[in-house]
Amino acid sequence: MGGCFPGERAVFRGHDLHAELRDADWLDLYLFGICGRRHSAAQIRVLHAIWVNTSYPDPRLWNNRVAALAGSARSTGILAISAALATSEAAIYGRQIDIAIADFLVRARAAVKAGRPLTEVVAEELRVSRGIGGYGRPVAKSAADERNAVVLALAEREGLAGGEHVKLAFAIEEILLAGRWRMRMNYAALAAALALDMGLAPREYYLYLFPAFLAGMPPCYVEACERPEQATFPLRCQALIYHGPARRAWAKHAE
Amino acid sequence: MTAESKDIIHSRLWEEEAADADPFTADACYCSGYDVYGEVLEHATYPEYLYLLFRGERPSAQTARALEILAIAIANPGPRDPSVHAAMCAGVGGSPGAAALMAALAAGAGVSGGAREVFLSMQLWAHCADHPAAWHEALTTPPAAGRMQVWPDAEHPPGFAAHGQHCSLPVRQTLQALAACCDGGCIGWLATHRETLELISGRPLAMTGLLAAALTDLGFAPAAGEMLTLLLRLPGAAAHALEQEKSGIRHFPFFALDITNDPGPRAGQ
Repeated sequence: MGGCFPGERAVFRGHDLHAELRDADWLDLYLFGICGRRHSAAQIRVLHAIWVNTSYPDPRLWNNRVAALAGSARSTGILAISAALATSEAAIYGRQIDIAIADFLVRARAAVKAGRPLTEVVAEELRVSRGIGGYGRPVAKSAADERNAVVLALAEREGLAGGEHVKLAFAIEEILLAGRWRMRMNYAALAAALALDMGLAPREYYLYLFPAFLAGMPPCYVEACERPEQATFPLRCQALIYHGPARRAWAKHAE
Repeated sequence: MTAESKDIIHSRLWEEEAADADPFTADACYCSGYDVYGEVLEHATYPEYLYLLFRGERPSAQTARALEILAIAIANPGPRDPSVHAAMCAGVGGSPGAAALMAALAAGAGVSGGAREVFLSMQLWAHCADHPAAWHEALTTPPAAGRMQVWPDAEHPPGFAAHGQHCSLPVRQTLQALAACCDGGCIGWLATHRETLELISGRPLAMTGLLAAALTDLGFAPAAGEMLTLLLRLPGAAAHALEQEKSGIRHFPFFALDITNDPGPRAGQ
């Protein structure tokens, strides 16, 4: 894949980093590192937009809150943000949802191509997984996702909104809205569909998304650092509501 | 209900009593009903308290001893282990202590030799228990292609060594110590059927499989077993990170690199 020759040069996937790649857009280089392919300027603009439009500096969000709490405790910025990014590999949002919906879109497309009705494919996925990541949201199950129209418009402008996976993602939404589930497509499904239509495989897409929430995290850390120490999201002892066993004696038990 | 009154944490394991006139300082903390600083501190051993935290009940003396044996067995996987090696990479470069432990957690988390392998192996123990036929089916049937996860697919049966030829002596010694401490259960069965399982899987038992059996016996769910594995392996990572920080990069391997697609130096270089 590559290596460095101190004082001389660096090799990046078979290319001289400081010659052939020195002017590369950072995201283009990042994707090249992941999948070994370069992407067009239009694709890079859409992929940038997918990151930009999900960068929410809201310290209440669970991953961002990690950065804020680390700031409150005066940890380092890098530890704060690294931990917040690792936290983004969550099951109810973030990377676990992203890889699952990308995988489902690929499987659903293959099944439909093989002749299975999409309604059947969707019903089976709901039966097996009790939900489809990418549809509905943990904080607003049936609300329209505010990010979708923005990124879809940008993708349309770039001529990248008409791919097979995007069409499939909307067809799945129609099924889920018509049924009893009342789930709208969220950003995870649209973003995955756009990226799959650019040729990214699900695991490539997952790695591409690693910094997706990054831009929203430093503000959470910085803001907490600007407050008095340990003054971000403080909780009184009374905020703990205990439901466990009644008080008991350890020493007495041991006798 | 005001926004503030909703900001509460529900817990079955921790209760606090605030100090007079200071709602943010606890005067007393109770873990599953036991007074931590007033009583547990002086009367409990660390394995007992650890078990209490994870299970909500204090363990029997035998269970606490088994957890202690496990904790000692995996406290330091040694500097060649990926998790410790990763921590040393952080230590040798002078990264913060937390970075060293985060590095150890990341490299020690996986499905090959890491805590996720313990999780998967615990699922196997829950499913197969002491039924040879179930083990035979589980170890000889290729895993069905499932839904893609963030974890890479397992490349060997969980709980068995990826590359080893024979069950290592430390694994056998740990198994022996645990079997001497606990009656029956997965560990007792494993002590008498280890070679059968190794024959079926074509691989030697690994520490991950032994851990999984023991943690199952101790009543931990796979997710708790995974967490304990991550936690209990950190002491060695920390100690080796500190050691390498002192000894420096000149005494730390840098490895030779073979770049198969090196374009070579530019003209004039």
